Amino acid sequence: MKKPGAKTILDWKGVERVLSRLTHEILEKNRGALEIVLVGIASGGIPLSRVIRKKILAIEGIEVPAGFVDITLYRDDLARAGYQTRLKRTEIPFSIDEKKVILVDDVLYTGRTIRAAMDALMDFGRPQNIQLAVLIDRGHRELPIRADFVGRNVPTSRSENVEVRVEGSPEEWAVLLVEAPTGKGE
Amino acid sequence: MEWRRKHVLGLVDFLPEEIEFVVDTARSMEEVLTRDIKKVPALRGKTVVNLFFEASTRTRTSFEMAGKRLSADVVNFSSSTSSVTKGETLLDTARNIEAMKPNILVIRHAASGAPHFLARHVSCSIVNAGDGANEHPSQGLLDLYTILKAKGKVAGLKVAIVGDILHSRVVRSDLHSLGRMGAKLWLCGPAPLLPQEMARTGAFLTSDIREAVRGADVIIMLRIQLERQKTAYFPSLREYSRRYGLNREVFALAKDDAVIMHPGPINRGVELSDELADCGQSLILEQVASGVAVRMALLYLLAGGSHAAH
Repeated sequence: MKKPGAKTILDWKGVERVLSRLTHEILEKNRGALEIVLVGIASGGIPLSRVIRKKILAIEGIEVPAGFVDITLYRDDLARAGYQTRLKRTEIPFSIDEKKVILVDDVLYTGRTIRAAMDALMDFGRPQNIQLAVLIDRGHRELPIRADFVGRNVPTSRSENVEVRVEGSPEEWAVLLVEAPTGKGE
Repeated sequence: MEWRRKHVLGLVDFLPEEIEFVVDTARSMEEVLTRDIKKVPALRGKTVVNLFFEASTRTRTSFEMAGKRLSADVVNFSSSTSSVTKGETLLDTARNIEAMKPNILVIRHAASGAPHFLARHVSCSIVNAGDGANEHPSQGLLDLYTILKAKGKVAGLKVAIVGDILHSRVVRSDLHSLGRMGAKLWLCGPAPLLPQEMARTGAFLTSDIREAVRGADVIIMLRIQLERQKTAYFPSLREYSRRYGLNREVFALAKDDAVIMHPGPINRGVELSDELADCGQSLILEQVASGVAVRMALLYLLAGGSHAAH
């Protein structure tokens, strides 16, 4: 599965441990899971928020509401690509009013995705607060945005890509640093 | 697949994957319309001009609403072609509007090919909102979308389209959208309004509404344009209604779960009886709702590329 030139940042056990710690931190800061809702950012944040939800259920015995948001319609670079890609789905089938929204994404990079996601969330209601949980923070912020919960800080160059796999059976999970850039940052 | 098309002039050259792309995008747009705040910033700073040379309320309103839901600035421009020769007026008007640098021009015109003509002379994206008897692509797409939503599929369904086939741009776009996705199409109308060459599209032609409706999954009733009564196409409205109107008795021949559609506005009691227009199997208002989502999808897809940037 490993591409030539790819460097493993986290193997599957590493991902598992990091997500367990992240979940505990979320529960500690919010004193449990009662007012929490999870919103994964499509596509990378969705499988992660699913794992976190399972872990919360195992620890607290609570099934927290979970949804996902596609930020495409909130992007600031819509006309830059020269073409349109397929939209992804948004599904937040519960009220976020007065809730503590944990926004989940795989990689935090420029911060533009998070800005767009927060704008999208505000269209769904008025949360008590929004907290950001990411598996990898790779730096290079272009906006004043930081994560509340970080799995791993990874210094990168802009020509590198971070690949996160958290789908399928846990044995397939991994985080890789890939050289040859595809042009897509996050 | 990526969307690279600059104009939507007709569905005649749409590939099946492009049709699916629009339908899929419209599904995401429909989700936006279910929210409390039915507006997203996708087209902020873009300008959409509705340039309508023919009377239209619902299509223009639908495009206007679609643009506004996406945060575009929408300007409506209605004009009449009565006094000046069409070609001159059209190009002149278009150049004037182009000078104001819109991103998308939505045009309806009585002359077939008017949007194609404009596309060759202006730099912005053109959306055909109905040109003569040629095409009405957004209607063709929203009809497909509505059927997909109600039936889950289009392939293999018997779709009967009844009315003035000859003058209908809706039929020509439906033939492409529904036909390309595998529907079995039946076109039905009085012989003078049923051009035989349309059989070349693979559609079945009949002047017997019972044959068209028998076993149908979907029945699309077309508006009979009352002004055509003066011409020799059919003897009288009453005669037309008796032979080509959809009433409970004829509808009983269709499948039990058949649905009724109509591009609007309805002539109640002419092509469609009151009770059928308002019955539970009528999707007429669903079509209107789908129309906004489908047009949002079209505007979004056209506004995204660098080709549309000024």
